Amino acid sequence: MSAVETTPAARKTALYASHRESKAKMVEFNGWEMPVEYSGIIAEHLAVRNAVGIFDVSHMGDICLAGTEALTAVQHISMNDASRLSLGQAQYSALLYPQGTFVDDVVVHRLGSEEYLLVINAGTREKDFNWVRDNTREFDCRVENLSDRFTQIAIQGPKAASLLQKLTDTDLATLKFYWFRRARLCGLDDILIARTGYTGEDGFEIYIPSDEGVSRRVWNDLFAAGRDAGAIPCGLGARNTLRLEARLPLYGHEISDTINVWEASLDRFCKLEKEEFIGREALARAKEAPLRRKLVGIEMKERGIARDGYKVWSQEGREIGWITSGSYAPFLRKNIALAYVPPEFSAPGRELSVEIREQYVGARVVPTPFYQRPRKT
Amino acid sequence: MKYPSDFKYTKEHEWIQVADKTAAVGITDYAQESLGDIVFLDLPKVGAQLAAGKPFGSVESVKAVSDLYAPVSGTVKEVNGELAGAPEKINQSAHSSWMIKIDLQNPNELNGLLSATDYEKFIAEESVG
Repeated sequence: MSAVETTPAARKTALYASHRESKAKMVEFNGWEMPVEYSGIIAEHLAVRNAVGIFDVSHMGDICLAGTEALTAVQHISMNDASRLSLGQAQYSALLYPQGTFVDDVVVHRLGSEEYLLVINAGTREKDFNWVRDNTREFDCRVENLSDRFTQIAIQGPKAASLLQKLTDTDLATLKFYWFRRARLCGLDDILIARTGYTGEDGFEIYIPSDEGVSRRVWNDLFAAGRDAGAIPCGLGARNTLRLEARLPLYGHEISDTINVWEASLDRFCKLEKEEFIGREALARAKEAPLRRKLVGIEMKERGIARDGYKVWSQEGREIGWITSGSYAPFLRKNIALAYVPPEFSAPGRELSVEIREQYVGARVVPTPFYQRPRKT
Repeated sequence: MKYPSDFKYTKEHEWIQVADKTAAVGITDYAQESLGDIVFLDLPKVGAQLAAGKPFGSVESVKAVSDLYAPVSGTVKEVNGELAGAPEKINQSAHSSWMIKIDLQNPNELNGLLSATDYEKFIAEESVG
C-alpha cells in the first residue's frame, strides 16, 4: 500500500477549499488536484444512479471558436457534422490526426450563429488548444482558450432536473438531452446550463464564473436545494465507474493517438459524408480494410477484476488484446471491463481470459453499454 | 486506542495478532481508509508457504489494487472464506477482519515488526508526506 501523493505544482479548482472541508480524498489527475471520493465511490455511484450526485469538473477545458468562418473551422477539425447543430444544441465529436486517430474527444456546443464552444479533457487542454489554433489559421475565426474562466459543475442523476429547477426560472422540462441555454441560476445572469454529462444518467453541466466566492456559493446552493433528494458530492472515482458502466470512452484508455474511430466503435459520431475534415481520408481508406481490433465489453465470469493494461488471451492460449478500463461496477455489482480484441473475438458470448497477476481468469464478451438508464416515454 | 496494542504491524499496513504459535493477519484501518470501498480479496490456500515480506495475496478496492505482504514466515492454517465473500467488512472493521491464520515458522521475526505506538507514528509521517 502506498498513499497517492500530490505534487505542489498541481492546480486547484475554485472549489478546492470546499472539497477539503468535505473531507474529500484528493488525488492528482492530469495536473489537477481533484477530489477522487468523499463518502465512498460506491455510495457516490449509487446516488447518481438512484437520485442525484454533484461533481466539480472544472478541470475540463473550454475552447471558443468565433468568426464568420467558425463553422467551416469546426467542420475542418472535428469528425461529427456541426452544420446540423441548431443554436443551443450540442454534439459529441472528436478532434482527429490525419491518420484518423484521436487528438481528443469533445462536446461541440453551438453558442451563436458564428460561435462554437468545444469542451475538452483536462489532460489534453494545452495540446488541444494548440492543435485547434494551428489547424484553423486559414479561417476567419478567433480561437480562444476559456478554460480558466469557468467553474464547471455536473449535476447528474434522475433527480438532477428537479434539483436544478429550484435554482433557475427557465423551464428545464423543455431542455432536451444535449441541448443547452443561457439562463438565470442562483441569482447569476446568463449562465450556460447544458443537459449533458458523463455518467449515463440524465443530468446537467453548468458553467459559472471561476471566481472562488461565486463558485462556493453556487456549490452550496446546489446541495441545499438537493438535500431532500439526497444529493451528495461525487469525485473522479465515481465519475469513472459511472462512465464505464455506460461505456463512455475516456481519452488515454479507449481512445488515443494510436486508436482510430472505427476501432473505438464511434462510427455514429463520425460523418464521412461531410465534405472534408482532418482524418477523413485515412478513415475512408480504413473503412475498406478489415478492422484490426475492436472495442468490446467484457464481464468477468471467474473471480477477479480486470484492470487497465491487463492482457487478454484467447481460450487457445494466444495473447489477443488488452483491457482499456476495468472495475467493479457498483450498480451492476459485477466486474466489468472494456478491451481491444480482434474482430473474430468480439461477438457477445465469446469466452476469453484476462491475465490477472499471472493467472488466467475466465471472462466473456457482453453487449454494451453495460448499463442503460430507464427512459421515460 | 485505535490500533490494538496486542497487535504488531508492518510498514505495508498489515496487522498480525499472535496466539501461541498461530497468528491472524489482516490490514489496518489506515489501509482500508486509503483504499476506499473494498470489493475483492485474493487469498492463498490452506497449506501455502509464506515468506516474511513477500506478497501472499491482494486486496482490491473500486479504484486500486494492493498486494498483501506476509508479516512473518509460516504455513497458512486457515483462510477466512466468509471475508472473501463479503470484503466490505474490512471497511467496517479492519482490525477484526482477519484474512488468514499462519503457523509461525520463526517467532523471532515478530521482533522486527512495529508496535502500535510505532505504527501510529509511522502513518502520521506517511500521511504528511
